[in-house]
Amino acid sequence: MTGQDFVRQLNEGQGFHRVPDWSERLHIDFMLIGFVVIVCGAGLFVLYSASGQDMSIVIRQAVYMLIGFVGMIIIAQVSPRLLMRLSPWIYIGGVILLIAVLFMGIHSKGAQRWIQLPFIRFQPSEIIKLIMPIVVASYLSKRQLPPSIRDIAVVLILIGIPVVLIARQPDLGTSLLIGASGLFILLLAGLRKRLIFSAIMLAVPSIWGFWHFVMLNYQKQRVLTFLNPQSDPWGAGWNIIQSKIAIGSGGLYGKGWLLGTQSHLDFLPESHTDFIIAVLAEEFGLMGCLVLLALYALIIGRGLFITLKAQTLFGRLLAGSITLTFFVYIFVNIGMVSGLLPVVGVPLPLVSRGGTSLATLMAGFGLLMSIHTHKTFLGQSR
Amino acid sequence: MPVNTLKDHKAEQRIVSIRVWLALVFTILLVMVLISRLFYLQVVQYDELATQSEENRVLLQTVPPVRGLIYDRNDRLLATNRSSQTLAIVRERVEDLDQLLDDIARLINVTETERSRFMQQINRRRPFESVPLKFRLNDEQVALIAVNQFRLPGVEINAELVREYPESDAFAHSVGYVGRINERELKNLDPALYTGTYTVGKIGLERFYEPVLLGKPGYQEVEVNARGRVTRVLSRVNPIPGKDLQLFIDTDLQNAAIKAMQGRRGSVVALDPKTGGVMAMVSNPAFDPNLFVTGIDYATFNDLNTDIEKPLYNRATLGEYPPASTIKPLVALGLLDNNVVDKNDKIYDKGWFQLPGSEHRFRNWNRKGDGWIDLNRAILRSNDTFFYKVAEKMGIDRLHDFLSQFGMGRSSGIDIHEERAGLLPSTEWKRGAYGQPWYPGETVIAIIGQGYMLTTPMQLAELVTLIANRGKHVEPRLVKEDIPELQSPEWGEDIELDDQHWGLVIDAMEKVVSYNRGTAYWRIGRGLKYRMAGKTGTAQVVSIPQGEEYDAEKLKEFERDHSLFVAFAPVEDPQIAMAVVLENNNGAANVAREVMDFYLLPKLARAEQEKASAENKRTAQ
Repeated sequence: MTGQDFVRQLNEGQGFHRVPDWSERLHIDFMLIGFVVIVCGAGLFVLYSASGQDMSIVIRQAVYMLIGFVGMIIIAQVSPRLLMRLSPWIYIGGVILLIAVLFMGIHSKGAQRWIQLPFIRFQPSEIIKLIMPIVVASYLSKRQLPPSIRDIAVVLILIGIPVVLIARQPDLGTSLLIGASGLFILLLAGLRKRLIFSAIMLAVPSIWGFWHFVMLNYQKQRVLTFLNPQSDPWGAGWNIIQSKIAIGSGGLYGKGWLLGTQSHLDFLPESHTDFIIAVLAEEFGLMGCLVLLALYALIIGRGLFITLKAQTLFGRLLAGSITLTFFVYIFVNIGMVSGLLPVVGVPLPLVSRGGTSLATLMAGFGLLMSIHTHKTFLGQSR
Repeated sequence: MPVNTLKDHKAEQRIVSIRVWLALVFTILLVMVLISRLFYLQVVQYDELATQSEENRVLLQTVPPVRGLIYDRNDRLLATNRSSQTLAIVRERVEDLDQLLDDIARLINVTETERSRFMQQINRRRPFESVPLKFRLNDEQVALIAVNQFRLPGVEINAELVREYPESDAFAHSVGYVGRINERELKNLDPALYTGTYTVGKIGLERFYEPVLLGKPGYQEVEVNARGRVTRVLSRVNPIPGKDLQLFIDTDLQNAAIKAMQGRRGSVVALDPKTGGVMAMVSNPAFDPNLFVTGIDYATFNDLNTDIEKPLYNRATLGEYPPASTIKPLVALGLLDNNVVDKNDKIYDKGWFQLPGSEHRFRNWNRKGDGWIDLNRAILRSNDTFFYKVAEKMGIDRLHDFLSQFGMGRSSGIDIHEERAGLLPSTEWKRGAYGQPWYPGETVIAIIGQGYMLTTPMQLAELVTLIANRGKHVEPRLVKEDIPELQSPEWGEDIELDDQHWGLVIDAMEKVVSYNRGTAYWRIGRGLKYRMAGKTGTAQVVSIPQGEEYDAEKLKEFERDHSLFVAFAPVEDPQIAMAVVLENNNGAANVAREVMDFYLLPKLARAEQEKASAENKRTAQ
């Protein structure tokens, strides 16, 4: 069968006839899990300090982590093929949920991001974070690469609908990240240099349009404040000034665990959610930051390795997108906390408090593991 | 999958692989950006940001001193500090200030004054300093704010020491009051001493003794959190509390004097002749000084300020009245001392006096005249004609020089700032003030304490004290303890006169009260259980230096004569000397009698009792 030939070609040099080991049969990538566990463990330490030594918060986070791990392993069992087949339906489902949020979502802290179900309340935009790369990867993997103008247009529409819906919730950070995760796939799929160049040229008017038609006043304010935090030192500029002080005052080796004054005396805003890296930087210094970055680098490295080793185009695009989006989280979070980027609500992966973000990340890792562990099975089953 | 077969999978995978490697390069570049950013903050900017973090955390706080208390002579509190709940707002923690103020106003009553005062203050405070909006919250208001705290970000309830005057209006003019430091005062006050202190003495003792009442602020280095809440104290230098003051004032006597005045306008000053201590200083009507402590609202202040009866005005030291006949004992001393009159000289009073070559008749108060009369009798009858006749011989300048020894025309030096000097005219003064010579007729009215001459009740009390002490000087003082850097006597030479002269005048003054022809006998002389020396006076009101709009009834009332009385008792051992002025009214002597009875009768009874028990002991032995 041509199919089998194709698979054989793909698996040349990878030991086609190799019997899958037990980790592959369980669809678990121990290296990835190991790095994730280390970061999660370190995160709990930082969270303990950042939460003002509130053990209940730490325990709750640990429970989320456990649930996340279970979810990750379950998702790892789902074959990429199934995902591909289901992708149009989950996309439509996701968009319906987003529309539902706009009409019947729960208001919290000035935003409408949640849907309340009898036992659980959840944020559809988090689910979109997973759906978006699946859908775009699935769409493009069925087309000829590099993508044609028509394909690009379709992809942009696929990306655009949820991005605008989420931006109106309003949740600018998530909306941009989701947009980015879709665009990454376009880039990975070999978007032509000419087009990338013209996209950059197009970026200027589209940023203008975004500024005027999509962004809300408080979102604009954040950007303006970012450009000049001293313009409002006691208001919107406060966060960024204080987090820079927290990071900088940590110096090379930090003030020591539980000894960060910026966070413990509440100068640092949102110290156990979005700004938790500042707590780490204050208490463990540059060294602590480098260790965390190194751990992240290992996860990203593993993710890119999985991407390169993926058998199918869908797998490659999806794995690449998930890995790069994970990196973008880290970059945007640390960038905003250290004053490089405007403050958009992006948590620090695996460290910031919060079950939703954790669940999404774990699910993403689950997809990575699924991509990595289903290839030999694929080969043998045919 | 049929689609797959049409595609060049290898080429596609290669494209993706290249892009993945490219992405890796970008990722590494961006990580380098993050690391260099962290390096910049944590290494390059470390010193600066570490300092800022320390400045964030450590706050040098001043600890305001506790203001000194004020006690009367019997250790009764006249000014104290009471802990009070204040609602304050930290601007930095409020998103919409107007909205918040509206929300608060819906819960508890916030007046326009409170709100506008707050808005003024909010613009000149240090970051994260709380600005008070409303003082003296009651328990209910505190509870209302507490239960709504969650929707009132930036609002805090602080305990603050607030000045309180337990005796309310009784000491409004002597103790005075403190009030919020205003813009003008802010420029003159030493900021090092007033950090953390929001009030300053405005009038009375509170203002005069401000430097000693205030104390000295301490300071502490505290660790604060972002809300400015102190989490721990790192080091502390305690404040030095303000000095407590003890007064000569006798609260019971003061209240007795207020009661005796029966709400009439005027003033009572009672001095202890032994010390000069002010035992009572009443200016009626008065006001509640507690209204001013945390800021009086405009309407209330306006009512007080425009009140026709001038409750804000300290009549005891600012009120200038013609001394009228109360000056006669002093004039008599001057006449004797200058050998203008001998104690045996008699004149005939037919009821009026005319200057040679003038048709103008200077009338005696008793139109019928008192007949043959000597100096002693001229005092007890308060005969004007006698003094008219000797006026020109005495001359205004000799009169001026003699009277000025008694402190007339000069501040008494009482230890409050609100004091006027009165006016003791002379030829020199008139040239200076009017550019005119002194006319003989002016001496004739000056010698009976009318015309230009003006005195304050405090001065009248001082001069009667000098008579009681036979010239021995004492300084009028409210505060017992000597604080030389603040209390400076305005005058203070003892007056050396022939003892017989003192005797004659004091005898005449005693007769004013005790002899049935004395001017005060029928009013207060009967049934007196101690020997009182006094002198009546009736001052003509020529013009009223008050505002414009009042009704005719009132206007007429304000044109009536003032009634004056100076006295001391007991004559043989003076324990109280006092001056009473009732504006546009009569009965000053009755007030004096009531006050003296209140003060002396229990004392005399006690002395009597002690004497009796000593007697009993002796007989028992």
